[in-house]
Amino acid sequence: MNEQDARSLLEIADDELILGWRDSEWTGIAPFLEEDVAFSSIAQNEIGHARALYELVAREGGTTADELAFDRPPEEYRCSALVERRFLDWEQTIARHYLYETADEGRLQELKASGDPEVAGLAAKIDREEAYHRMHARMWFDRLKDEQRFTAALEELRPLLDAGRDQHTPELAELWEEMTMVRRSQPAGTRW
Amino acid sequence: MFPPWERAEGERRSVIYEVFRQERKGQPFQHAGSLDAADQTFAETYAKEFYGRRGESEALWVVPREAIVEVEDFVDELNRNYHRVDGYSLKEKLKEARERAGRALVARDR
Repeated sequence: MNEQDARSLLEIADDELILGWRDSEWTGIAPFLEEDVAFSSIAQNEIGHARALYELVAREGGTTADELAFDRPPEEYRCSALVERRFLDWEQTIARHYLYETADEGRLQELKASGDPEVAGLAAKIDREEAYHRMHARMWFDRLKDEQRFTAALEELRPLLDAGRDQHTPELAELWEEMTMVRRSQPAGTRW
Repeated sequence: MFPPWERAEGERRSVIYEVFRQERKGQPFQHAGSLDAADQTFAETYAKEFYGRRGESEALWVVPREAIVEVEDFVDELNRNYHRVDGYSLKEKLKEARERAGRALVARDR
């Protein structure tokens, strides 16, 4: 795996982990039952993708997926500002979902063309699940595209796609506290 | 239901869909359950999620409940049980036939 591939895998892994976590915050309180199940399942998929990507990067770097996911300080995460925000409004959540899935599609296409068969293979596998996410995101987009609240959310969030990955919002540090709490409180002698 | 933030308490702006599932190619479709969805696209997406994600289905039929014609009034005042498969006992008929054949054999050998 070349350095460019490793860097881009880690970016995607961080995006999927953080977005999966954020999306799962809707479990139990999504606008209706069917959507609750569907969106929770999408959140689980994202975290599954993060795990597979971390495993691949970890093998190259002589570390483990858990260490990559949870033992780095928040400022070292490579995720996009788009996935960090905690949203209490459904239209923002769906606007992010749509923007993310659309951008993610292009990124996966590039990885599928990687010269490294393991990278290309994993990207293809992930992409087959993402196809369902895109179908889900598109149906919501089509349904809400004329709603002012939704288009305003799209306009507000679109710039975050290009905001860079070096600076993070305070919301990421908050999420990191929550996400790594159990692991950091590990009593002496515990092995995962 | 749509958009969800404009939905009043108890308001329904969605359709109930019935989902039928075929487990393997060539098998009959069987009722799997129902879904509440804003339109056909939502129904298809949710049906996939609910009844197809674990590889348990070869195909699904997603039908608005309204489109299903229910028939439930069946008259059989004269109890014509020969209309029903259970009204004709093959076991009994076979037994009688065997007995008749047995008697015929005995009569012939005499």
